Amino acid sequence: MIFKTLLSQALSRPATNKFPAKYMPRSILGFLAKVQEGKARIHPPVPVPPKFRGKLAYDREKCIGCQLCIRVCPAKVIEFLPEVKKIRIHVARCTFCAQCVDACPTNALSATPEFLLADTDRNSPNLIVE
Amino acid sequence: MKEKRAQDPNDPVLPAVEERELVYGGLEAGLGEVFEVPIGPIHPALKEPIRLTFKVRGERIVGVQVRTGFAHRGIEFMGMRQGRNLIQILYLSERICGICSISHPIAFTQAVERAAGIEVPPRAQYIRVIISELERIHSHLLWAGVAAHELGFDTLLHLTWRVREKVLDILEELTGNRINYAIPIFGGVRRDITPDQYPKVREALRYYRGLLNELLDAFLRDPTVEARTRGVGILEPKEAEELCAVGPTARASGLRKDVRQDRPYLAYPDFEVKAITPEDYGLTPMGDVYDKIVVRLLEVGQSIEIIEKALDNMPDGEITSFPKIPALLAHLKKAEGEGLGWHEAPRGEVIHYVRLVSGEESPLVWKVKAPTYSNLMSWYPMFEDQEVADIPIIAACIDPCICCMDRVYLVRDGKEEILTKEELLRLSWEKTRRMAR
Repeated sequence: MIFKTLLSQALSRPATNKFPAKYMPRSILGFLAKVQEGKARIHPPVPVPPKFRGKLAYDREKCIGCQLCIRVCPAKVIEFLPEVKKIRIHVARCTFCAQCVDACPTNALSATPEFLLADTDRNSPNLIVE
Repeated sequence: MKEKRAQDPNDPVLPAVEERELVYGGLEAGLGEVFEVPIGPIHPALKEPIRLTFKVRGERIVGVQVRTGFAHRGIEFMGMRQGRNLIQILYLSERICGICSISHPIAFTQAVERAAGIEVPPRAQYIRVIISELERIHSHLLWAGVAAHELGFDTLLHLTWRVREKVLDILEELTGNRINYAIPIFGGVRRDITPDQYPKVREALRYYRGLLNELLDAFLRDPTVEARTRGVGILEPKEAEELCAVGPTARASGLRKDVRQDRPYLAYPDFEVKAITPEDYGLTPMGDVYDKIVVRLLEVGQSIEIIEKALDNMPDGEITSFPKIPALLAHLKKAEGEGLGWHEAPRGEVIHYVRLVSGEESPLVWKVKAPTYSNLMSWYPMFEDQEVADIPIIAACIDPCICCMDRVYLVRDGKEEILTKEELLRLSWEKTRRMAR
């Protein structure tokens, strides 16, 4: 039964998307260094749907400091800055439920499609939104 | 290793296994020596920590002892005592199980809605049903792949998991994430299914409908799979009933047991769900692993039908009765009472119990019963008189989710304790008194 499927598989293209490079580079780190220098390009990941919940974006101007996002956040990601009455988001702990986005009365928070968030330091500037 | 392994009483990692009379396991003295084979809690063949101690005579298993409690996370404790409000606990409940990641929130939201007297609009009920049936498709395909892997048939594993991607893409399209959908909220759902998404869901359902016969062929007409699963891990209907097996484990033994049929909830009364047993495929239920494959694959077809019907009859209207989060939080804070929520998860029946107290943001009591908790006991008759080589597939055939099941772990003065029936009864009396106050 399964042989027919297997034969058709042998002729069809792989189901997976090649990422980050189309062909296996000799060294992944060397390839990533080349990407940073602009000599090579990352093969793009599969596009995400419009409702995708990725890294949070914060509009500082719209925020009124009501702290509702802090009340609903399950992972206690959001830190309140009392002096300026604004918030700071530690994305490294975020669970990407986007409940804060739903709760925000002024639409200051939004979920972006960005999901390549791997980092060696949880406090790196890439992972802190303010 | 001899039958009685010399155990160090001071060993902190593996405490002495209590030598008990096994209910099942036929320890009649016979020819040959009985050896003890401990598997786990950490073992390359196990995906989650659990300890199985097998008594084997040659290649035959004559007894098994199951020991759990290695993956207790204290989720209910985090919900009850740590100053979280119910919306935060909702996302905690989602993380009880990574695969049933809508089953637990659905049961939890139902429990809270019953306690707080919140109505769910019909459209929200339909959306919850659609997502949970999509989840059933993904979970059953995942299990089928795991089962093929445990049989040593990795080609079938990759084939099944490749076709599973489609339903994950649809879930991502509808909810925003492949797992941990975060879709239900008290009084409704968080995301609507927009008209432009209907064709995508229908297309995926067509894909699976066409594929289902191919999958049934690949699994059920394959001589290798049949040889490895027919007559392996038999659970008699009487045993399944006595040991309170739930979900596909019970249905494979021929019990027509399904929460969606027995106690319909949400929009399920509209779909008239009938529990599926191997009889629906023209087989006499034997309760072996083969029957469990049959039931799970047929349930994929059943889920496709339910989703199609739900998409056709989708009512219009609001998706939540509390569009504003502060109003919802205020209502939940005022609410008082107790509620029970249930749901037929892919693995069986999930039950959440919640007791709310007026003026408190977190519940006084939150109790969870995961399906594996009911199904674990059926391992005892299943392992009886089986071969050692069949251990992985029999262990996998109830689709165990050990982390969901580890709900209680008692440590007193730094020492692990095993409670007797009387002590448990006494503790439950104390708890009832505490709650009655």
